[in-house]
Amino acid sequence: MEFLTEFPSLGRKDLSALRRAIDGTFREFTRAWGETIEAIFYPLLRFLVWFEDLLLATPWPIIILVLCGLAYAGARSWKITIGAGVCLMVIGFFGMWEDTMSTLAIISVATFLCILVGIPLGVMMARYDRAQSIITPILDVMQTIPSFVYLIPVVMLLGIGKVPGLLAVCIYALPPIVRLTNLGIRLVDKQVMEAADAFGASYKEKLFGVQIPLALPNIFAGVNQTIMMALSMVVIASMIGVQGLGVPVLRAISNQYLALGLMNGLAIVALAIIFDRVSQTYGKRLQAYRETGHD
Amino acid sequence: MTDDIKISIRNLYKIFGNNPAKAMERVREGLSKDDLLDQTGHVLGLNDISLDMHDRKIQVVMGLSGSGKSTLIRHLNRLIDPTAGEVIVDGEDVLAMDENRLRDLRRFKMSMVFQKFALLPHRTVLENAEYGLLIQGIKEDEAGKRARHWLDRVGLTGYEDYYPGQLSGGMQQRVGLARALATDADILLMDEAFSALDPLIRMDMQGILLELQEELHKTIVFITHDLDEALRLGDNIAILRDGALIQTGDGQDIVLHPADDYIADFTREINRAKVVRLRALQKPLNGAAPAGDALADSMVLEDALEVIAGAEGHIVPVKDEQGKVTGQVHLADAVAAMHA
Repeated sequence: MEFLTEFPSLGRKDLSALRRAIDGTFREFTRAWGETIEAIFYPLLRFLVWFEDLLLATPWPIIILVLCGLAYAGARSWKITIGAGVCLMVIGFFGMWEDTMSTLAIISVATFLCILVGIPLGVMMARYDRAQSIITPILDVMQTIPSFVYLIPVVMLLGIGKVPGLLAVCIYALPPIVRLTNLGIRLVDKQVMEAADAFGASYKEKLFGVQIPLALPNIFAGVNQTIMMALSMVVIASMIGVQGLGVPVLRAISNQYLALGLMNGLAIVALAIIFDRVSQTYGKRLQAYRETGHD
Repeated sequence: MTDDIKISIRNLYKIFGNNPAKAMERVREGLSKDDLLDQTGHVLGLNDISLDMHDRKIQVVMGLSGSGKSTLIRHLNRLIDPTAGEVIVDGEDVLAMDENRLRDLRRFKMSMVFQKFALLPHRTVLENAEYGLLIQGIKEDEAGKRARHWLDRVGLTGYEDYYPGQLSGGMQQRVGLARALATDADILLMDEAFSALDPLIRMDMQGILLELQEELHKTIVFITHDLDEALRLGDNIAILRDGALIQTGDGQDIVLHPADDYIADFTREINRAKVVRLRALQKPLNGAAPAGDALADSMVLEDALEVIAGAEGHIVPVKDEQGKVTGQVHLADAVAAMHA
């Protein structure tokens, strides 16, 4: 009867030996490769620090002007542009300018990295079914595994700081852009692709002349999702030493400062809404040709 | 006729399924299409097609949906690879071509017009018409010039900057036609190019195509399910059913001598007066030629009927292309031919 009530598991001793073995192996790997890996990421760190310093050193009116300019260039809408400007002013007025700039820096760099890695991955998945069947489950894991779990090896490997934080953000934010690039390319009208083939287009001509342009609305939805997910990681990233709006939120949680938490939380929301509206309207503008006239 | 063969298809088979090579052996052993599907789950798409297409002529391939006609046309530029057989274009085996050679064939020798237009929705009309030229590697301004010329020829001047989605179906297909013509390929593949259009627009497009063909003399392979269209356009017509070729010939052959009941059913509704030419009706001269001017033997019945009815004794002489009187047609034969 004991067999049915007690799950037949490994003994406590075996289990702890197994865990110790895994930990030991990884620790050894860390010791052997930690510095090398850190060196690989060093240029990234330099870039992130440089960008953050740039945002912090530039006078705030210029930053607001530049951001509003970018918002207008993307959305071509005065409503969104003015909304973005007002949000930034309010954030600054409530004393959150520096933290916001730090967050902006890490989000921008993370998004940039995700686009750099994600779009080629998505293109590869769309071209090879095998790549798709290998990468899809990895993306599933990246999206569902609790972030604290992968923070452990990242911190063991790289310690506390900006780069591990950036990696944690990227792991979480990368999947949507990969998925939506793949999907967008696969959804391109088969007949249009056949026509490109019939006129003798090469793979490259098809990819850049037909597939990517027609997948752009989907790719842009992916970029939008990536930004949103990166923003939602801000607080968790601050646990491993990333400066920004997450730090005061963390402090507010541990000390029960309601107002502090709320203000910084709302600043993150404001950033999210600005990014979302701008990238969405830009995505819509890209497919203006679809909305006119007949089908 | 002494014209050259431009495209030659030899014993072409296409089998769809997991293991076409194995199914092919069974087909060679004589398994029928239905038995093949029952026993192996493979679909016999094309069954032993051999067909010669003449240079500078319009070859129509006709059949109902599922007859394999769209599959067949895609073998000519190898959008589909056959299971067995040969496709020879200008003496060159298309199936032996490597990737680069095949790409050149598609770029320079054949262009294609599609049933659902298949225009690039994110490019303007002009950019669509330029597409084949840019792929050929022609510089933008030269491509633009040529594309404008062809857009003008199909009657789309003034629409260069529109997007395809802003145009009606008929106009979109004109863009499709301009895009195909612009590449200056000798061979034009038209896959049910006008089938998606309204009847009036379709007639209109057929007119444009015939008009262009009079001047361009391309080798056109035209797929259709519509016998009227086939008869209007085709110099030669091939009829497919269930993946097999059941009759080839000119329109008149098919109307007057249908190979089987299936084709006879097709031709029953046709206005024969528009198809049957005097050549098919003429009887040998009985001594001297009848009085009156001779009619050309290529004249269709519809045009000739009034003349014959008004002629003395209801009989007229018929002459061949060289103007030599070769026979005579009597009104009774002409009327009988319209009802046969």
